Amino acid sequence: MSALLLGHDDEPALAEEDVPGPVIDLVDARKTYTTGAITFEALRGVTLRIDRGEYVAIMGPSGSGKSTLMNILGCLDVLTSGSYALAGHDVADLDEEDLADIRNREVGFVFQQFHLLPSLSAKGNVMLPLTYRQNPGQSARAARRAREEAAVRALDRVGLADKAPNRPGQMSGGQQQRVAVARALVGEPALILADEPTGNLDSSSTDDVLALFDELHASGRTVVLITHEDEVASRAARVVRVRDGLIAEDTGARSFPTAVTEQGATA
Amino acid sequence: MSWRETLLTGWSSIRAHSMRSLLTTLGILIGIAAVILTVGLGLGTQKDVSAQISSLGSNLLIVTPGSSIDSSGMRGGFGSAATLTTSDVEALDSSVATPDVDAVAAERSTSLSVEAGDTNWTTTVTGVTADWLEVRSRTLSSGEFVDPDSTSQVVLGSEAATELFGSTDVVGRSVTISDLPFTVVGVLDSAGSSSETNLDDLAVLPLAVVGSDLIGTNPTTVSTIYLKAVDTTVISAAYQEAETLLLNLHGITNADSADFSISSQDALVETATSVYRTLTVLLTGIAALSLLVGGIGVMNIMLVSVTERTREIGLRKALGAPPRVIRRQFLTEASILGLAGGVLGVGLGVVAALTLPSVLGSSIVVSGVAIAGSIAVALGIGLLFGTYPAARAARLAPIDALRSE
Ligand SMILES: Nc1ncnc2c1ncn2[C@@H]1O[C@H](COP(=O)(O)OP(=O)(O)OP(=O)(O)O)[C@@H](O)[C@H]1O
Ligand SMILES: [Mg+2]
Repeated sequence: MSALLLGHDDEPALAEEDVPGPVIDLVDARKTYTTGAITFEALRGVTLRIDRGEYVAIMGPSGSGKSTLMNILGCLDVLTSGSYALAGHDVADLDEEDLADIRNREVGFVFQQFHLLPSLSAKGNVMLPLTYRQNPGQSARAARRAREEAAVRALDRVGLADKAPNRPGQMSGGQQQRVAVARALVGEPALILADEPTGNLDSSSTDDVLALFDELHASGRTVVLITHEDEVASRAARVVRVRDGLIAEDTGARSFPTAVTEQGATA
Repeated sequence: MSWRETLLTGWSSIRAHSMRSLLTTLGILIGIAAVILTVGLGLGTQKDVSAQISSLGSNLLIVTPGSSIDSSGMRGGFGSAATLTTSDVEALDSSVATPDVDAVAAERSTSLSVEAGDTNWTTTVTGVTADWLEVRSRTLSSGEFVDPDSTSQVVLGSEAATELFGSTDVVGRSVTISDLPFTVVGVLDSAGSSSETNLDDLAVLPLAVVGSDLIGTNPTTVSTIYLKAVDTTVISAAYQEAETLLLNLHGITNADSADFSISSQDALVETATSVYRTLTVLLTGIAALSLLVGGIGVMNIMLVSVTERTREIGLRKALGAPPRVIRRQFLTEASILGLAGGVLGVGLGVVAALTLPSVLGSSIVVSGVAIAGSIAVALGIGLLFGTYPAARAARLAPIDALRSE
């Protein structure tokens, strides 16, 4: 109703249905940052295809352009040149509203700094992505109940159903990151993007979080994970190494969900 | 995101900084209170003036002793000199010199204690001439008016009657004033009270009785003469005639040194409105300035809020909040601040409207339209001054916002 008032069409920019073809189709991507008179090319022609259901680790030294790449993949930032299609949608065709919608539907982010809102409970944080999704033909009340149920299910999946009413400040770092994972998966996105999700965690919390990614992968999700640690990268079937804004190595291996479940079970 | 959630989110972020938010609303609060008072004072003055006009009767001229400006240019004490006498009244009443004056009534008042049995009540004892009822547009609720030649008749105002006897059905009862016995022959209908005089708390006696028996000094002096013009169109003619006649009688050649002054209702209205106008200009100024300052305060605090919550905005955008939802969130918060200022301002304005009249001496009328209008204005100011901060929040690039620390 509010969307009607504001004159924005209610049609989702993207269809719910899975589009055949790669989730990520990045061709000759370049990203140039300009700071004052200095320009810096953080990505210098990256071509990357990731298919549905893959588990990819992106590695590389600090400053090599990993986060820049992830921001592009997550539609948080736009390319200077080159082309990018996420789940079949060429982002060059999308305006800000549509970009927001594609982030909402197709991408689940997990950040190194968790990025939970301190004023909201765990459940409130997990509900956020659903809050920004248009639900035509559903009463506000029913929509809210559906969101709450989905949030509780997602928290249950990360083993934190009992922490639903807790604020982030009342949880450990590992628990906070698991809440963030619940938030990333609650909207059933095509792609889970994680930028050093274990960078701020101790080894036992790291194992918890990685086990979650294994599970997500096993259930058919596409997971792209940025990391410094070989141990973390070893979970992924495919490793892409970035150096100086270029892809230096791509193991290119196609992953098969069944092949990884054993690894997930060890955690 | 539904409106309900937007409102709840806005409210909780305002609650998170309740002190800051309250201080922010102060400007709007004061501005809205001033708006309520301005409008209330305007309506109140109108009410006072029309009450005064109806209490005095229309087409009335009032002659009082003393000049408004004496020969030395100093303002003379109002009614300080006893320059009006019963012969002035008789002369004004003769239609030869004053053809446009229809009726004349004179008054002389003093404050005295009236006794009825054990009850004692200090009231305005007013000596009047025969046409007083007609000229002052008063009526009797019971009995008859005092006979100008009698020495023992009194007519009571409704409040004086109630204070003395506990009822207004008192024709035939006896009262004592300054040890002299009087019989109540009539009771006046209630005329309400104008801002300075209670028109129902009085005892009316023949002029001669008050002058010679109750006051004693200068028995022929009168304190006020009321002239009723034939109709409203000849008020100024009646004014001229009365002035010329009185100047002649008092042997004064220059109208500027007159020892009396004549005022009309126009003059009363003029005085009341000029007081009102000064206050209105003052209050309107305060209102406009406070609302402007209040609006800038809202803008300032919203900009602070956008800066503080840059990371939150970035996260919400990363999770799929479109710019218009972010904009709406901040506009809602600014409107809540405006609305809060408006509601608190109306509260303050109403409290002031209830307490100030006793200090100012003029009524302040609080109207529902003024309240609704003020709240709408406050809301509008919140929206207006929230527009820029909200646009800034909506424009933030999600990646820059997320990265900010
Ligand atoms: N907004 C920006 N403006 C200018 N330069 C930038 C900006 N963001 C990143 N860079 C530069 O781009 C390069 C790549 O940065 P990026 O954050 O992608 O590195 P990274 O691979 O994620 O490093 P790390 O492992 O330390 O997180 C760096 O040299 C960085 O200084
Ligand atoms: Mg990085």
